[in-house]
Amino acid sequence: MDTNELIETLAADTRQPTAPLSFVWWGAAGLAIALAAVIFFATLGPRPDVAAAAETPRFLLKFVVTTTLGASAFGLARGLSRPGEDWRAAAPYLAGAAALLAIAAFVELLLLPHGAWSAKLVGMNSMVCLAYIPLIGIGPLAIFLLALRHGAPTRPALAGAAAGLLAGSIAATFYAAHCTDDSPLFVATWYTIAIAGLAVLGAAGASRFARW
Amino acid sequence: MHGNDEKELARLLRTAIAGDERAYGEFLRCAACLVRGFARRNVVQGGIDPEDVVQETLLAIHMKRHTWREDGPVMPWLHAIARHKLIDAFRRRGRRVEIEIGEIAETFAEPEPETVSNREIGRALDALTPGQRSVVAAVSVDGNSIVETAERLGMSETAVRVALHRGLVAIARRFGRD
Repeated sequence: MDTNELIETLAADTRQPTAPLSFVWWGAAGLAIALAAVIFFATLGPRPDVAAAAETPRFLLKFVVTTTLGASAFGLARGLSRPGEDWRAAAPYLAGAAALLAIAAFVELLLLPHGAWSAKLVGMNSMVCLAYIPLIGIGPLAIFLLALRHGAPTRPALAGAAAGLLAGSIAATFYAAHCTDDSPLFVATWYTIAIAGLAVLGAAGASRFARW
Repeated sequence: MHGNDEKELARLLRTAIAGDERAYGEFLRCAACLVRGFARRNVVQGGIDPEDVVQETLLAIHMKRHTWREDGPVMPWLHAIARHKLIDAFRRRGRRVEIEIGEIAETFAEPEPETVSNREIGRALDALTPGQRSVVAAVSVDGNSIVETAERLGMSETAVRVALHRGLVAIARRFGRD
């Protein structure tokens, strides 16, 4: 097949519709949040004292951190799914959630007596956190990998890692409503490990699954 | 028209995505010229035919045309796809050098390059189902339109379009995920 024949062939195939990528990303995000909600309410559910907890700053801060991470990871994953897009411009926003959490952890260290540090860091739910953030996040990650596959990531591993952060932040947002360990020290340790696990999984998945 | 007119390329691609075959053909011809220049400049070692890179890039453009932002520039998008496909070609040749030697010899024996079998994409036709292959061959090699192909093969137009599309997807998949 010479190049002109190929061009005529491709031109004859214009009428097959393909969904615009931005539409696909927003649809994927909605679907991922719905799926995470279903898994969360079917397994853990919110903590019994959620109304009272919602008035404490430590509890609320968890959501500020996870949604900040989610918003920046969403921008990054979307940018990385388009060839030639300036995704580097979206990357620095990831530092926002990290900075928030670092400041909160620092303030927590100042507020707590020395002896309470390790108890707050270890908490009561570290194993539940490490099990359920990946469990709630794995379905959303699969959806985002499909979105990446529909796109055209020229750096698949990086795009997959961003998709993992996004899935992890959604899962962590739900999980935070269940967990009674509200200390930033706990969040900075266990949430980070759980979300990083999903990011690694996303990177490995996308480099196999989102090639084109 | 010269391909490096960003605005004209964007207009053609926008019209093409809306379903205009002629604009799409013109866009692809411009893109082919640009990518050919890029591939020839960058392929310095033997074993890779720049025209294969051109064809694989055109196929990728086609499969991923929905990743272009209609309000964004075309050239960086086009360049990123061409670069991705060039790297892919290097990687693929690096992995199966011994097969490649035979293919080079074959190309030397036949200086007339433009036949169905000796381009990478032409070879990928063999991987299609018989139905897809006859449709893709009728449109590409014989240069029939969708309507002519439908008449010749006794199929509906819709069936021809679907078979053509699936055939192209299968060919693209062969290059993308080996």
